[in-house]
Amino acid sequence: MSSKVVSLREAVAAHVHDGDTLAIEGFTHLISFAAAHEVIRQGRRGLTLARLTPDLVYDQMVAAGCAAKLVFSWLGNPGVGSLHAIRRAIEAGQLAIEEYSHHGMVARYAAGASRLPFFPLRSYDGSDLAAANPLIRRVASPYDGEEIAVVPPLNPDVTIIHAQRADADGNLQAWGIVGVQREAALAARRVIAVVEELVDSSVIRADPDRTLLPGTVVDAVCIEPFGAHPSFAQGHYDRDNRFYREWDAISREPARLSAWLDEWVLGLEGRAAYVARMGPEALDALRPEPRPSGSVDYGSYR
Amino acid sequence: MIAATPDELMIAAAAAELAGVRTVFVGIGLPNAAANLARQSVAPDLELIYESGVVGARPTRLPDSIGDPALVSGAAATMSMRDLFGGFLQGGRIEVGMLGAAQIDRWGNLNTTVIGPYDYPSVRLPGSGGACEIALNARRVIVVMNQSARSFVDRVDFVTSPGHRRPDGSGRRPSWAGAGPTAVVTQLGVYHFGRDGEMELSGLHAGVDEEAVDAGTGWPMRRAEAVRSLSAPSDPTLAAIRSLLA
Repeated sequence: MSSKVVSLREAVAAHVHDGDTLAIEGFTHLISFAAAHEVIRQGRRGLTLARLTPDLVYDQMVAAGCAAKLVFSWLGNPGVGSLHAIRRAIEAGQLAIEEYSHHGMVARYAAGASRLPFFPLRSYDGSDLAAANPLIRRVASPYDGEEIAVVPPLNPDVTIIHAQRADADGNLQAWGIVGVQREAALAARRVIAVVEELVDSSVIRADPDRTLLPGTVVDAVCIEPFGAHPSFAQGHYDRDNRFYREWDAISREPARLSAWLDEWVLGLEGRAAYVARMGPEALDALRPEPRPSGSVDYGSYR
Repeated sequence: MIAATPDELMIAAAAAELAGVRTVFVGIGLPNAAANLARQSVAPDLELIYESGVVGARPTRLPDSIGDPALVSGAAATMSMRDLFGGFLQGGRIEVGMLGAAQIDRWGNLNTTVIGPYDYPSVRLPGSGGACEIALNARRVIVVMNQSARSFVDRVDFVTSPGHRRPDGSGRRPSWAGAGPTAVVTQLGVYHFGRDGEMELSGLHAGVDEEAVDAGTGWPMRRAEAVRSLSAPSDPTLAAIRSLLA
């Protein structure tokens, strides 16, 4: 099999187009800021951005003018407050929204992954969310007639996920919080995987249970150490909670946010330059002490 | 020891509501502190379950977010969100969900979506996250929030997470749903719900009188048969709370 390893610049150029529905998933953990910044640098426009929690990553993309619409279930800076650029764009009528609950979004990806017409879930009864979003509907069960809420499938044109490691075939391994990564990738037409490190296939094949997605569903593998910062990669680096707090003041003022994008995104070649700009001290401060797992014995069979 | 702050009173009272519970769905902030305090006292078998899919977390530091890496290291399990919301929450395996809100009404309807109309809000709040399905599928719900006439309102601007009835008093919870909000803990006191689903004052924190409750409620607050005076947290309890928050 030929290698799927390409630069992030090549992967975004090939797979992310103006007007696409893009999902950069990762629940707090493993959010590919590196890919988001590359999309900003390449000047994509009119994107529909889907994510359970838009987080700083979409606040930055909305501020940079990439998005026309936001599909989400929790809109905030976790533990801090608002996402000011998104809030301004919504208030100015520049950004359409389509709002669900977390389970609704999970169910949408699950329907998308299995190419189902809808997905039923026990939610929304007695809530105003279904009135706010006409795509949340109800159907009668063909078995007992009970009415149940349903949501439509979500099939992103592109899903981008970050993981700890992959081999050149795109077999992808992640540990820690996996959120909705698997469903979001299986639902997508194209999948870009960004990883902390490229490993030999023997490393992956020594522990197949840890494989989040096999290479058959991954179109491109990009190696970008620290590519999830200020989000985190379990075992590699901590969440940069200080930056999440600082973002509140940065995104509150459009001029300051624009200067931040110039300095940390548009003015840099890529993630390696971003990491160099952070400096070794900032990186070291985020590195955890080791806490390796035990290993299991899969057995060797004759 | 320095007297308890309003937050500490809420943490202590919310922890007391978790007595004997085994599984609690928590967020960060006060509910997280309350659940940890309960595990050290009235609910030693309590397993903390986070929206991020972490089950049985044993964090070595106070988490900054529900996806903190310190929640994962040493946890019993990390589940996908599909398993968490599907097989676990919807499967009825969560005894208590802890929720906060910007607004609550007498039926326990919670608003975390907007202040003002949905299309032109004066304040846009984060939205549901998992709260809507937690409110419906946890076997019961404990609400922890700050109380004022602006948050305890006659009509919530938006029902994000349903309580016992619609805001106009109509309707009941679906037959498959959990019991809904059974307790509300604020800096003024503790509230439970009558058989008809209406909130009633059942306990006052030390130093709080019923006038303060009425001033902090946007409808005539009903009283439980007996309104208890909640004892101030003991020194060891306060010390435990302060070490959790340190």
